Amino acid sequence: MASHHFSPPRLSLRFIPIWRRHFLVWRKVAATSIIGHIADPMIYLLGLGYGLGSLLPQMGGTSYMVFLAAGTVCYSTMNSASFEALYSGFARMHEQRTWEAIMNTPVTLDDIVLSEILWAASKSLLSGMAVLGVIWLLGLSGSPLSLWLIPLSLLIGLCFAALGLVMTALAPSYDFFMYYFTLVITPMMLLCGVFFPVAQLPPLWQNVASALPLTHAVDIARPLMSGALPPDMLLHVAVLLGYTLFGFYVSLVLFRRRLSQ
Amino acid sequence: MSIVLSAQNLHKSYAGQKVVDGVSITLNKGECYGLLGPNGAGKTTTLRLLLGLIEPEDGHLSILNLAVPRHAREARLRIGVVPQMDNLDPDFTVAENLLVYGRYFGMPDGEIEARIPALLEFANLAHKRDVKIPTLSGGMKRRLTLARALVNDPDIIFLDEPTTGLDPQARHLIWQRLRELTQQGKTLLLTTHFMDEAERLCHRLAILDQGRMVAEDTPRKLIAQHIEPMVVEVFGEQVEAWAQGHAAHYAHRFEVSGETAFCYVEDTQPLLAHLKEQGGLRYLYRPANLEDVFLKLTGREMRE
Repeated sequence: MASHHFSPPRLSLRFIPIWRRHFLVWRKVAATSIIGHIADPMIYLLGLGYGLGSLLPQMGGTSYMVFLAAGTVCYSTMNSASFEALYSGFARMHEQRTWEAIMNTPVTLDDIVLSEILWAASKSLLSGMAVLGVIWLLGLSGSPLSLWLIPLSLLIGLCFAALGLVMTALAPSYDFFMYYFTLVITPMMLLCGVFFPVAQLPPLWQNVASALPLTHAVDIARPLMSGALPPDMLLHVAVLLGYTLFGFYVSLVLFRRRLSQ
Repeated sequence: MSIVLSAQNLHKSYAGQKVVDGVSITLNKGECYGLLGPNGAGKTTTLRLLLGLIEPEDGHLSILNLAVPRHAREARLRIGVVPQMDNLDPDFTVAENLLVYGRYFGMPDGEIEARIPALLEFANLAHKRDVKIPTLSGGMKRRLTLARALVNDPDIIFLDEPTTGLDPQARHLIWQRLRELTQQGKTLLLTTHFMDEAERLCHRLAILDQGRMVAEDTPRKLIAQHIEPMVVEVFGEQVEAWAQGHAAHYAHRFEVSGETAFCYVEDTQPLLAHLKEQGGLRYLYRPANLEDVFLKLTGREMRE
């Protein structure tokens, strides 16, 4: 790997036309996309919420449905960004050669990777707002503090987009992404307090969970949903930002190497 | 004539293997320059070096007085690229492809919109303005890719095998458009492995083999310098035996490839008179062309 692959990101506003390109593509399929953003999390929320909720009168001091609502916002925004960064990102880089076309213009690879992260985070923002809207409609949260879940969705999106792009940079084909979803995303859903409190896990697994980004997202979201300020909020935000910067830099180095072959 | 691109002694290797090995190219404004070479000769890598997408290990490169790769971004503002592989945006219409691409150059929407009708006219695609990409034919896609490369009104256009995979009608239309561009004062750098294309379009050309430039000149001079003026091709089952016995007597140089003997001669008459008396051999004679030069310099072996 050449030394210039490790140079710090050179950022410019030239990511904006790429973001607009993705937005124009998305606008053509907006209706089905929004239905997709809402349907999957709602099926889990309502299915588990009513089903398990009737057996579990209380969890973490609230009804199970309210408990689950905060976790649902977090994992659905995680999923949106991950799918966008992995499958759609790979299609643009590899299959459609969109990146190649863009790099023949004054736009650079650094701009492209930044735009991919921001675009995937934009989809998370949208997904977070859609799920939150349904939560309000169902009356599961009425606190104005729950509005903070909107910027939180963007932050979760940035984090998982950046981490997902590391996989995209390494992927030989779409099949590779199965490992990431099976070995990273799904375990995170189960370990990070989405469906039950992390405190229910054996101590070893609690330690593992505390290092995972989704745990920190849930730790911010759950108190806000029920109208309380989260303890250690700055720490949680810092962890999510740290993962974002780590993913951005590592994916950029790997993309530089991959695309200079 | 003013120089718009100057590359001196470029070197690039991958995994210890030299891919570009001392390539030097100078482009004058308004000329069409061809890079010819078998697959893997380093044509596409040379273009990527010129665009500043990869860094050379050695050599100097300046485009429109900008040092590349240091100022590659500024240089690319004034370059148009027709890539080898189709990479139009399949989700967009013809006009949207041009609009979105123009934005990458920092052009305001109004300026791009104003250019679109003329670009579509140039590409013979005015009637396809609002059609999606997957419904276009191969020739239409190439023409749109050419129009897209012109969206920023570039001074230099790089074309990487612009007519590969096209039918003769589509190729002729592209050739006509490329000639119009040089008449407008645009400078073209073209890679191809079609010798007729290079001979028709290129004012000057270089032949690349294994990363090295093995010849550079006008097509006419390359033929005059490197090869005898006439070629007699002799075919038949016994051609091998005939060539070993007689070809050297009549031809300066000859090569046998399969069931064909290529005889390179100054004067065809003695050889033709001899061939008339041979039974079982067919033959034709023609002036030497660029393909003969190419095969002489790069050999007849497959390169894969």
